[in-house]
Parts: sequence; structure tokens; C-alpha cells
Amino acid sequence: MTTDTTHTATSAEHSENHGMSDAGYIRIAAILAAITALEVSTVYVDFGPLFLPALLIMMVVKFIMVVSYFMHLKFDNKLFSLMFYAGLVLAVGVYAAFLATFKFFIQ
Amino acid sequence: MAIIEREIEVMAPMVATPTSTYGVLKRPVAATGWRAWVFTVDHKKLGLMYGVTAMFFFIVGGVEALLIRLQLAAPNGKVLNADLYNQMFTMHATTMVFLFVMPMAAGFANYFIPLQIGARDVAFPRMNALGFWMFLFGGIFINLSWFIGGAADGGWFMYAPNSGPVFSPTHGIDFWAFGLQITGIASLTGAINLIVTVLNMRAPGMTLMKMPIFTWMMTVVQFLLLFAVPVITVALFLLSFQRNFGARFFDVAAGADPLLWQHLFWIFGHPEVYILVLPSFGIVSEVLPVFSRKPLFGYPFVVFSGAAIGFVGWGVWAHHMFASGLGPVSVAVFSLTTMAIAVPTGVKIINWILTMWGGKLVFSTAMKFSIGLIVLFTVGGLSGVTHSVAPSDTQQTDTYYIVAHFHYVLFGGGVLGIFSGLYYWWPKMFGKMLNERLGNWNFWLMVIGMNLTFGPMHILGLQGQPRRMYQFTEARSGEGLFNFAFWNLVASIGSFVLAVGILLFLINVVITARNPTKSPLDPWNSRSLEWMTSNPPKEHNFDVIPTVHHLDEFFHRKYEEDPATHTMRQIATAEEIMAEQERNADAHIHMPSPSYWPIVLAFGLPVITFGMIFSHLIAVFGAVIVFFAAFGWALEPSTAPASDFETNNSAPSTELDTVGKS
Amino acid sequence: MTDTTAHGHTSSAGISNVKLGMWAFLGSECLLFGGLISTYMLYRGRVTGGPRPSQIFDIPFTSVSSFVLLMSSLTMVLAVSAAHKGEDRKTNLWLTVTALLGATFVGGQVYEFTAFYNEGLGFSTSLFGSSFYTLTGFHGVHVTVGIIMLMSLVGIFKRSEVPGKKAEVVEMIGLYWHFVDIVWIIIFTLVYLIPV
Repeated sequence: MTTDTTHTATSAEHSENHGMSDAGYIRIAAILAAITALEVSTVYVDFGPLFLPALLIMMVVKFIMVVSYFMHLKFDNKLFSLMFYAGLVLAVGVYAAFLATFKFFIQ
Repeated sequence: MAIIEREIEVMAPMVATPTSTYGVLKRPVAATGWRAWVFTVDHKKLGLMYGVTAMFFFIVGGVEALLIRLQLAAPNGKVLNADLYNQMFTMHATTMVFLFVMPMAAGFANYFIPLQIGARDVAFPRMNALGFWMFLFGGIFINLSWFIGGAADGGWFMYAPNSGPVFSPTHGIDFWAFGLQITGIASLTGAINLIVTVLNMRAPGMTLMKMPIFTWMMTVVQFLLLFAVPVITVALFLLSFQRNFGARFFDVAAGADPLLWQHLFWIFGHPEVYILVLPSFGIVSEVLPVFSRKPLFGYPFVVFSGAAIGFVGWGVWAHHMFASGLGPVSVAVFSLTTMAIAVPTGVKIINWILTMWGGKLVFSTAMKFSIGLIVLFTVGGLSGVTHSVAPSDTQQTDTYYIVAHFHYVLFGGGVLGIFSGLYYWWPKMFGKMLNERLGNWNFWLMVIGMNLTFGPMHILGLQGQPRRMYQFTEARSGEGLFNFAFWNLVASIGSFVLAVGILLFLINVVITARNPTKSPLDPWNSRSLEWMTSNPPKEHNFDVIPTVHHLDEFFHRKYEEDPATHTMRQIATAEEIMAEQERNADAHIHMPSPSYWPIVLAFGLPVITFGMIFSHLIAVFGAVIVFFAAFGWALEPSTAPASDFETNNSAPSTELDTVGKS
Repeated sequence: MTDTTAHGHTSSAGISNVKLGMWAFLGSECLLFGGLISTYMLYRGRVTGGPRPSQIFDIPFTSVSSFVLLMSSLTMVLAVSAAHKGEDRKTNLWLTVTALLGATFVGGQVYEFTAFYNEGLGFSTSLFGSSFYTLTGFHGVHVTVGIIMLMSLVGIFKRSEVPGKKAEVVEMIGLYWHFVDIVWIIIFTLVYLIPV
């Protein structure tokens, strides 16, 4: 399934950047690990009413960090972002509406 | 100098001795015979294979429909018992939706998208072949159930818990669910393939807003497929797990909510109906301008309304569930969104009518079918608008009024568009034109038959005939002349008129095949790029990839505006344009090579699903086939290296398909 | 006249076919996992028999598993980085480490599921059971397929038979792998950390 693309098409994109150095990636991984630790701490530390928002925000931050940096989406052609975020936004929208019809978000 | 060495009709067999093996198989090389079809990765051959297979399933689904109509032709029908009737309407709908309309659209898309954008094939040719074989094997798998214990019987929408093992103990639904998973993967891979092709492989100069409108509509369809197929995949897995592995998803005693199935199914199901109709909208948008001698009116509006339909179509699904107990808030929201989606469709209808307005109309068969679509789809759309009003839908739902609606939009819309495309593009695909006189009979019998069949169903629905009712008694029939019995009889007669119309199409195909008369190069004086090729196109499509400067590029190569009179004057004939292409042909063209792996991998899938139903050992064996094929595929380059073919004295080159001398 | 390839040469958007295809696929996978996650969320805590989530989850254990999977994303990105620099041995090293970390995660899942099963949570026990095992099972299968792809790549590299550009293939598998990781980021939070 690999395509026989010529060098010009892909090398242009590569020269753009492999912006992050290995050290940079390790830094990102450290941040992700720290956020994970913080997430787990919510089980042991009482966050009060902040519990759910904090957890969800941390989840979203980790998600976006992996997508933007590890998956390189931030530095790549915007078409890839469009493709992926279209699916993501659609999924969140449709399934949130679906759960809403079951009164999932009403206490 | 570059001269076309090979005639299209006569493909001199290439002597080839592949040197590399992948797995245990050397790659196939035959250019003629059955192997040229079974191992092909050529989008045109695959398109034809999709079309032929889809037409076969159209007949199957049609026979299923005729049996239903025979059963309902009179009170106390004895043609089908209740159980068989359930299987019949389930399989009729499943076959028509998944095994006829969708693959037929895939066939047109496969054949014409690369040609319309000036490409030589799609982005992933082997995956394209995989898609076709998965569709074929999936379709066969679903229908195996007829012979092994009975077909699926829960309706094409398969509501839970009726679909569970308690109420439907035969294997029919398992064949249905697993078979649709296979065809679903076919749709998904096809969608990825075409999206990448359209975004990445357009000819130089062809911006998105210079793309032919059929390609635009099909691209919207591919995005719909890309995002909708996973949803039904989830639903089918939940169903299969419930039926085969004891999951409790739809088990009310465990606290399950049967609406889970309905939501998941219709979140897929509503985009699905746009998947079914947008291809026909695309075809009609191509046909009308050609036979009105005018460009498509409001091309940007047609494009954006297509995208809008694709987008808004995700927000309306629960209008299929108005009577399910959703509650007033949900019902109101979905009622409003459903009304909204009528707008972009209305925009298209207006643009089509304005395309014809003031044009010099040519009433070819293709044109008649397209005009038929405008009229009959609008009828279906109007009944659809009445459904969007939730209170009135509460009366209409689950009655024949709904059956009338969706047959007007699916048959009047989807099917008529398909037939328009067949008559329009037949000369391009086969080098011959379908007989127009027979086409006229074909058209009128289909239209009359269709209206006789589905028109009365509006009345029947309002008279109270429910869906999925296998039989009605004299008493149930009601009083007076125009009762159930009367209108059902009219509908049944209509269905046979319709069947004769379709038979005429098949006869037309046979007669045309036997007729030696070739079609002219540009029989309809067309506008878009696929017509700037021979009939049928050469294997490599274009001798030289065209540079595109206009929307309707082919038209603008034939005509330009006379600055003095401001009318269009001809500057070149199609023949002259083709000759110039040949003079400037590329010397060396590498086409993707045929491969075994798509059909082998595809074959593994029904083996897995058969095993899931009957024997897990067989399933493992199927998985091994898939695994082995995946490896062979990954290791095989998409184009065979030159070393795979030895030089033949008479052939000027070593590539499987080369134009001209090096 | 210039050489023309059947695909990729006239690239209207100027990007790789395979990469665009992979991102389209990942977009569709959002709908797949979204459906499974929503089903779980609808049914979470619907326990007519058998243990509840809070009774059965071992947060410390799953946290370690999650950390392992997260680190495998790091090693994956290091593999891609090495592949772009043409450092074959380093690429193979990081690919292997990623596969090992992934296998550790899957091993942890298997251990966890076995423990749950022994504590009374079967696939058919309750809606919680069915939806939990289905969601995490689908994720686990995705991870396993990823591990197979990683090890296959290492094996193929050793034989030097990868058609097409090596770095691109590693990058594509990397995208798949990271996606599987981000799905777990969501599952870990929604399923394990929010008490029912």
C-alpha cells in the first residue's frame, strides 16, 4: 500500500522541519507524565467541585499535546489538521447530542 | 517520437517472467483473459466490476420486492408466510441500499473520478481492488443466509431487542451483521482512497472550484462514508456481541436501553441516505448542462449546498425516532434541524431548473432520467417535509406513507440518477451508445411503474396500513372501492410495470453489445474532462496529463467566446483535441501493476465471519489468510520493477503498459 | 517528455498520499472510539449483578499501565526521529522498545481483566461488564495490531526490503501508535478516574 511518491513532494515537507529535537520530545513526555500524576492524585486528594473540570481539562491538554507535538500536527500541512479535527469535532458533537437525549448531562 | 503502439481492442499479450516473489507468489502479469480482471488494480475495470455486480444485486433486490408485492396484491395473500415475509423485506432493503445503490455509485466514482480530475488512477490502486472484492464477498456472505437457516428478518434497521437471539434465533442476522461489517470496510477504504485522490491528484491547474461537479458530490459522499461507517461498525459489533458472546447491550432486564441501537443506527443511517442520493445529484448536475447546452447554473451554490447537506445531515438523525419516547425537547430540536436540511436541497433543485431555463434542450434518454429525478425526487422531498413536522410524523411513522416517501427519494432520486448516468456514460465506458428508442420505453415504463407502485402508498399510509405487515384481511381492508385492497393491487401492478421497464434496460444492454456500431468520440458534446479521452479510455487514461484552466475544461478547449458577437464559436473538434494529445504523448508511463493480494486478503474476511458463526477454528484460519495477505501486500511494491518483465522483440518496452518508444 | 508516475507526481496539495490517507483514517477512528466510549458512558454503573467499578478498579496498577503506554509514545517519536536521520540501528532499537512497552501495557490489561473476572466481573455479568470489556478490548486489540506492525517493521528493516521510503513508513505507524495512546488518555480519565 506504499505509494511511489517522488522525492520532491515529500522532501519539501520534511525540510520544513523536524522541528523538535529529541530533547524537546523528552521534555514534552515529562510534562505529560506530570499531568498524569496530577490526574491520578485526584483520586487521593479532594478537589471539591473542581474535580471534574480539572480532570477533563487535564485530559484535553494531554490529548492536544500528543496530537500537536508527537503526531507533529502543529507543524504539518493544515489539511491534516482539518481531516483529523473534522472527525474529532463531529464525534464529540454527535455523541454529546446522543448522550444528551438520554439526559446524561442533567443531574 | 511518441506513437501509440497498442490498439485498445487488441491487447497484445506481454511476455513476462516475474523475478521477485512476495510470500510464495510471484506477481500476476496477464494482460488478457480472466486474470486481467481478477488481479486488476485499474480503476476503470474495477468500476465496471462494481457496476455489473451492483446491477446483479439490483435484480435480486427487485425480485424480493416483486415477491412482497405479490403477497400484498390481494387480501389474505398466500405467497409468503409471515416469517418469510420478514426476511423478504429485510433483505430487499439491505440489498438495495448496501449491495446496489452504494456499489453502483462506487462504480461510477471509481471509473470517472480519476478521469474527471485528469489522473491516471486512484491514490491506492491495490486498496481499490480490495474494496471491490470485499464488497463482492460481503454481499455473497449476507445472501448465504438464504440457504443456511434463513435470512435476516429484523428489518434493514434491525431494531433491538427484536434483533437479539431471543426473538431472532436463526443465524440470518449474524450473516447480515458480519456481512455488513465486510462491506463497511470496503466503503471505508474506498472513502480514504477517493478523498486522497481528489485532494492530492488533480491535474495541474484544477483547483477545487474547477473540479467537475460529479467529483465534488462524490467527495462529499466519501467524507460522509468516512465518518458514518465507523458508527454502524460500533452498532453491528454491539449486536454481534449480544447475539454471539452474551453481551447485555440491548438486554432490558440488565437495565439496557433499546434506544441505544436506534441512535447508533440512525446516526449512521441518516448520513447514509445522503450517501445514497448525492451521487445521483452529481450525475444529474453533469447531464443537465450538457443537454441544455448551458453551463450548470450557480456551480458554487451547487457545491456549497452539497457540502451543507453533508454537514447538516449529521444533525437530523432522531427524526427517525420521533415516536420512540425521546421526549419533547429532543423531538423539537430534531424537528427544526430536519426542516433546515430541506433548504440546501431546494437550492439544488432551483439551480437545476435554472440550468435548463433558456437552454436548447435535447431530450436524450439520459436527459429524461435527469428531469425525472428533479420531478420525482421533489415529490419525495415534499413528503419528507411533512415528516419533519413531528406531530404529523407521529401519525405517518411506521405506515406506508413513509414507505412512499423513501421510495420516491431513493427510486425517484437515487435510481433515476443512476440510469441517467448509465445512458450518459455508456459510450465512454463501452464505445457504443445505448439504443435511444428502447431507452425511451425504458424511461417511461420505469416512471409510470414507479408512480403506480409508490404513489398509492401515500394514501395507504394515511388510511392506516402499517409497515412490515405481511398480510391484510378483507375486514382490515376497509369499506368502499378505494380501500387497502384496491390501492395495494394498483401498487402491485405498478411494480410489474416497473420490472418490465428495467427488463427493457437489460435488453437494451444486450442489443447494444451485439450492435457493431461504434459511438462517435464526443457523442453528446460534453463539457468535462473525462470526455477528453478515447471511448473507452486507454489504460493510462490520458496520453499527456492536461493542464486545466477552466471549469468545464473540455468545453473550453472546443469553444471560445467570439469577442465580436459574444457567442460561443467552435475552435476545435474533439477529434482534433485527441489527435493533439497523441502527438504530445508522454514517452514513458508507469502504471500500477496487478496484484494477488487484494482478492486473497478479501477472501480471508468471509472465512473469518463464517467461523465466528459456526466454528472459531475456521475464524482463526481466516485470520491467518488475512495476516499472510497483509504481509505479502506490504512487501510488494505498488509498481513492479522493470526487471519483472523480459524484453519482447516486437514490443518496444519493458513496462506492462507503455506508450511510445523510449 | 518527462517520466510520469501513476500517482504522487502531480500532487495538487503537495503532500504525501499515505500521510493524508492515514490522517483520514484516524479521523474516522474518532467516530469508532467515540461510539464505544459513549456506549460505556451511557451504561457505566448499570450493575444489576456483580461488582461496581469503584469496587473493582485498581487505580495504582492502571496508572502504572497508563504511564507505560505514555512512555511508549515517547519512544515511538524517538524512533521516527532516528528514521528521519537515517539512523537505522537506532530506529530499530526505539521501535523494539516501543513494542516492548506496548506489550507490557497489553500484559497489564490481560492481568487486570483476569483479576476482574476472578472477582466476578464477566462479559455477561452486567451492562458495566459488557461495555467495559468491549471498550478496553477494542483498544487492546488496536494496541496489539500496533505491536505486530512495529515488530514486522523491525523484521523487514533487517532484511532491507521495505518498498518506498523507510522514514515515512515509520512515521505512519507512529501516527497510528500515538492515536491509540490518546484514546487511552480519554479512556483512563473517563472510565477509571471518574468515580461511579
